[in-house]
Amino acid sequence: MNLVGARTLFNKEILRFWKVSVQTVAAPVLTAVLYLVIFGHVLEDRVQVFPGVGYTSFLVPGLVMMSVLQNAYANSSSSLIQSKITGNLVFLLVTPLSHWAWFAAYVGASVVRGLAVGLGVFAVTAWFAPPHFAEPWWIAVFAVLGAAMLGTLGLIAGLWAEKFDQTAAFQNFIIMPMTFLSGVFYSVHSLPKFWLALSHANPFFYMIDGFRRGFFGASDASPWLSLAVVAVSFAVVAAIALRLLATGYKIRN
Amino acid sequence: MPAAVVFDRVAKTYPSRSGARADVHALDGVSLAIEEGEFFGLLGPNGAGKTTLISVLAGLTRASTGRVTVMGHDVVADYAAARRAIGVVPQELVFDPFFSVGECLRIQSGYFGIRDNGGWIAELLAGLGLADKADVNMRALSGGMKRRVLVAQALVHKPPVIVLDEPTAGVDVELRQTLWGFIAKLNKQGHTVLLTTHYLEEAEALCGRIAMLKQGRVVALDRTANLLAGTASTMLRFKTDQALPAGVAAHARVTGRMAQVRAHDAVEVETMLGQLRHAGVSVEDLEIGRADLEDVFLEIMQRETAP
Repeated sequence: MNLVGARTLFNKEILRFWKVSVQTVAAPVLTAVLYLVIFGHVLEDRVQVFPGVGYTSFLVPGLVMMSVLQNAYANSSSSLIQSKITGNLVFLLVTPLSHWAWFAAYVGASVVRGLAVGLGVFAVTAWFAPPHFAEPWWIAVFAVLGAAMLGTLGLIAGLWAEKFDQTAAFQNFIIMPMTFLSGVFYSVHSLPKFWLALSHANPFFYMIDGFRRGFFGASDASPWLSLAVVAVSFAVVAAIALRLLATGYKIRN
Repeated sequence: MPAAVVFDRVAKTYPSRSGARADVHALDGVSLAIEEGEFFGLLGPNGAGKTTLISVLAGLTRASTGRVTVMGHDVVADYAAARRAIGVVPQELVFDPFFSVGECLRIQSGYFGIRDNGGWIAELLAGLGLADKADVNMRALSGGMKRRVLVAQALVHKPPVIVLDEPTAGVDVELRQTLWGFIAKLNKQGHTVLLTTHYLEEAEALCGRIAMLKQGRVVALDRTANLLAGTASTMLRFKTDQALPAGVAAHARVTGRMAQVRAHDAVEVETMLGQLRHAGVSVEDLEIGRADLEDVFLEIMQRETAP
């Protein structure tokens, strides 16, 4: 494998979002803080999910993970669709980089952006609710795996889309609803039966639940079950993305 | 001499998206070989298949049937080696707006696995008149400067085969001179050059051998000198504001005030001049010269159209 080439693409993808970090890092941090301030203020005294854990404290991990996931998706999808539409993807298509290198670089850079935004959100929100780290290894595992899965979904969306509004539609009609219905703002056990069952079919629920477990040592589902669901989901989307890259889906005629 | 590029019965068919239309045969069994060190021209009207053929060569498009090799490497089965051996200057003026000229060239080097390429990048920047633009963002460059960066990006990994897809379309004289000086130097050093262009005087001046494509097929393939020698050797050129008599007009190519009429010998020239005199057509800047590549090109294209 052309490791120098793969690393170059990875570094280039990081440099790309870092050059516009006000838009790609600072803006999502601000959005998450606004969610926290508004929802925390309104619900702090009305909702308690885990014993002894205030609503604002409960909300912080969910917002951090939501930011990680959305920004990991945004990084690979926006980079690919921009390159396709402006035509500069040709610089990459004529290189000897394998589909493995493309995958590793795009997904790796998405993970970095997701984690960078997540850390930013965490750093700012920690001021509102001092964090606890009951089982920190779960925080690292689910943050990285979740970001990798969303980076891969962004890669698939970027390959598939031919227009900017198609990647936006993928974001608005698939990623956003699955994120919001995954227990970011609430415990799924507070939902009616139908929605509870639906939430358990949503892989995003397991990412956020497993991530939150790392903070409070309590979760709606077993962290091992969450890990299995997320790992299998990632393996499936990774296999699809690798297949699309290997066949040059919508990028090589 | 071994072949640098081989196209072996290459066909590319785009299936019709609606049942009402027939499939489009962009390439229809193209076979030709380009030897190492050649300066080779690929000519043809718009839609002839030139860019499709180059796209297949560069791995941007997959051939429906047939095989292409670059320096002996199959562009599909051994794509990594094939792509290391080729540098493509695309037709469209594309660029990455996030980066400076220097960053673009360092990134492109890295894609090819080259870590420390500063010396060659500096040489490319100097050779293409970009030395003072290394730190300038791509968005801030003029069209001509962007075109130079495209050339530099294609050459950044020192490929033995250089493909230029209409590199001088819409660019000024200075860039043409800089570009051709630089490419000619690389060709002298042994790099193989494949050029497509609509500027036939450039192809005539630069290319040792030429292939002409029409509707996805090779309709002519020969040394440039042979193509020029194998056609009507005399052209009568003049300017006029008046309508040409029918006998002359039937054989003339008119561009604005300039008329060019093919003649096979001195008798035919005298006959045409007589027809012009008889019709009372006054002419300016009359000259009689040999046919150029544009005349050959038009003759071959018309011949291939005729039933």
